[in-house]
Amino acid sequence: MKIIVLMKQVANKDAILRINRDATWIEEGDLSFEVNESDGYALEESLRLKEKHGGEVVVCTMGAQRAKSVIKDALARGADRAIHVVKDDLLNLTPYAGAKILAEAIRGEQPDLVMTGLQSDDNGFAQTGVILAELLGLPHATIVIEVDASGEQLRVKRELESGWYQWYTMPKPALLTIQSGISQIRYATLKGIMAAKKKEIKEVAPAATDPAAPSQRVTKVYFPQKTKQTQFLGDGNAKAGAAQLAEKLRSEARVF
Amino acid sequence: MSAVADEKKIVAGGSFLIEERAPAEIFTPEDFTEEHRMIGETTREFMDKEVRPREPELEQHRWDISRELLRHAGELGLIGATVPEEYGGLGLDQVSGGIVGEHLGRSASFATTMGAQSGIGLLPILFYGTEAAKKKYLPKIASGELVTAYALTEAGSGSDALAAKATARLSEDGTHYVLNGEKMWITNGGFADVFVVFAKVDGDKFTGFVVERQEGLTNGADEHKMGIKGSSTTALILSDVKTPVENLLGEVGKGHKIAFNILNIGRFKLGAMCGGGMKLMVSESVRYANERHQFGKPISSFGAIKHKLAEMSIKTWVGESMIYRTLGLIDSSLTDTATPEAKLRAIEEYAAECSIIKVALSEYCGFTADEMVQIYGGYGYSADYPAEAAYRDARINRIFEGTNEINRMLIPGMLMKRAISGQLALLPAAQKLMEEVLSPALQSFDEDEEPLAAEMKLAQNAKKVALMTLGTAAQKYMTKLADQQEILLGVADIIIDTYAMESAILRAQKLVASQGEEKAARYLDMVRVFTNDAVERVETSARNVLAAMSEGDELRTLLAALRRFVKRTPSNTVAARQRVAEVVIQANRYAY
Repeated sequence: MKIIVLMKQVANKDAILRINRDATWIEEGDLSFEVNESDGYALEESLRLKEKHGGEVVVCTMGAQRAKSVIKDALARGADRAIHVVKDDLLNLTPYAGAKILAEAIRGEQPDLVMTGLQSDDNGFAQTGVILAELLGLPHATIVIEVDASGEQLRVKRELESGWYQWYTMPKPALLTIQSGISQIRYATLKGIMAAKKKEIKEVAPAATDPAAPSQRVTKVYFPQKTKQTQFLGDGNAKAGAAQLAEKLRSEARVF
Repeated sequence: MSAVADEKKIVAGGSFLIEERAPAEIFTPEDFTEEHRMIGETTREFMDKEVRPREPELEQHRWDISRELLRHAGELGLIGATVPEEYGGLGLDQVSGGIVGEHLGRSASFATTMGAQSGIGLLPILFYGTEAAKKKYLPKIASGELVTAYALTEAGSGSDALAAKATARLSEDGTHYVLNGEKMWITNGGFADVFVVFAKVDGDKFTGFVVERQEGLTNGADEHKMGIKGSSTTALILSDVKTPVENLLGEVGKGHKIAFNILNIGRFKLGAMCGGGMKLMVSESVRYANERHQFGKPISSFGAIKHKLAEMSIKTWVGESMIYRTLGLIDSSLTDTATPEAKLRAIEEYAAECSIIKVALSEYCGFTADEMVQIYGGYGYSADYPAEAAYRDARINRIFEGTNEINRMLIPGMLMKRAISGQLALLPAAQKLMEEVLSPALQSFDEDEEPLAAEMKLAQNAKKVALMTLGTAAQKYMTKLADQQEILLGVADIIIDTYAMESAILRAQKLVASQGEEKAARYLDMVRVFTNDAVERVETSARNVLAAMSEGDELRTLLAALRRFVKRTPSNTVAARQRVAEVVIQANRYAY
């Protein structure tokens, strides 16, 4: 089974973020970066499937040269080889445009399974995987927490809302977006780290973007403004006030 | 291809004192490879996720957990990082070993356990064991299957290790040795399977052995210690304990070589562990200082706290510069195919540097822990907060692997020994310096534009001060120099600060070359502050030492030379420290 795992490099979760001078994005100069959390679980799931069923795990990352550390890390944990789509500026890429570039980069691989995290920790669109499935002509399942690839068909367990789950059977090949926290991610052993040095990392240029494709431009980035506001409910009528309060707690504060 | 030699061109150990180095010549953490970085990540992750959460259990003496963690560390490759592949290790360079050591320092207790397991309990077998012993023990030690301990110290012989009373005698059939005696302060003593034991054959031949746990080998109860409570420390009783002749380490009567050489390695590893511990302490201190509000502001906004955070960061960074400079020296003197013997020679070459690192880092670490308590204030004195344990844990570092006093005295001692044997051209350099002292050349006042030129000049002059004091001492006391402990301690202080200054300056200059002066400004600040204070210390030590050794005209001449060497314009260290602190305050962690 050939599995392609899409992994993105994002700013470190613990980093203190500052907005850059032009207020177009965060200041990246002093930032440290890490693997997008759910992508790490996608990799772990791929490695487990490979251990069970054999095959190959190929990592694909789109990003600047610094994103190589994500690739190296995945190779050290056990991925077999990697494709690096070298692209400096991901910021003004819509999920569609990004998925399009990724689709061209991996189409020739003819994978049995494509895995990605359910969303990126920076943009959080949660769309790239789904659009990519469409572009590759593959069925997909999102927010997957368990994968059974032992049969002819793929069985996956999806997380629904309010503590509900769904077992779902789908044909192979397919694309799955993986939920965070579903397993214990393995360490990169020192042996794995040294072995990764010899593994192939293929650099590819991004396919030309379709000029007709929707594009986006980030015009301003700013921190959410904290404000304090006082509202008087019920206009002197305690009963009406209580009803309004309950409604606000439900719909605005969402405490129940 | 030419024949591969075991050793490449060697920068002579101790030669930093008489030679100048260019920034490009030294190894710095900025030279880490991607693999080095990942090795650090793996170790840090292991310590933070597996070890640190279990410290409370370790402190309950749950040695089954220590064993479990050692197995896990073994699986990851942390125990055998620098052990050759044929013995179950990974054959990595010393820098990799240092990086692992550094991150182990995030838990002082487990670092101690690992220090015995991967360092002093393993390396004697690797470097001095018979092939049979290496094949038998090393793979299982590297995997964590077997736990090791190092048993040198006895109740009556600590620093004076050769005064050990434990005995070993060859059995009548010549197949094994029988050991008797008592050992003290044995790390991992409570649960180790294999011990490196030193004992005297025929009453006087100090010798090393590998001994397995067996009937007759018992350990005492775990000691009640001030700190590192999550590591096992016990006495060890050997009562007619047998070990086969294949378990002899090196030659009979040559145990002292093993004991001292292994401690060299133990010393730089200890230094690296202190360095990693300090990074964690700075991070925790700055997080606390950012959260804790007094007078309506976070206490990190106050100059008094900034001063502390800056000084802690500076000592951490300077210490780190010294460690990796030295590890780089060792690695660059070795090829990939170097034999264990060659590695040992390379490390022995830098014995003085290893002692410098041990003393400097353990004291920087102690300072950092002390200031951490102070930043935490009342909470620093409470065992419910991390500063209290950090403070207690840090204290042992100045005692084990050779007390700092012993290590200090070793520094000038080892340099003099190398000078006398001709390995280090210290004496001609000292002679030349004395001429300069007697007939000073006119000082040049060229303003050098190079960043840190003034600091580098001071570091080079500090070498002259070191040579002047060491030369005067050698001349005055000749072969009796070893008895002059106060003088040796003072000279050692000068040498330590010299190595520290130069390592930090060279690293900062290398950063300027790679990142530009603007981005490297924070490092320049740290180096300027450190040099400013280090030169003060050098001057004080030199004055005390010189005044103790000479008088009258001679003293006046020497003091005049000293004044020339340490002449400086004080820089604004208050502003520089504030900028240094601001970096960690903004990042909310150690960020250099």
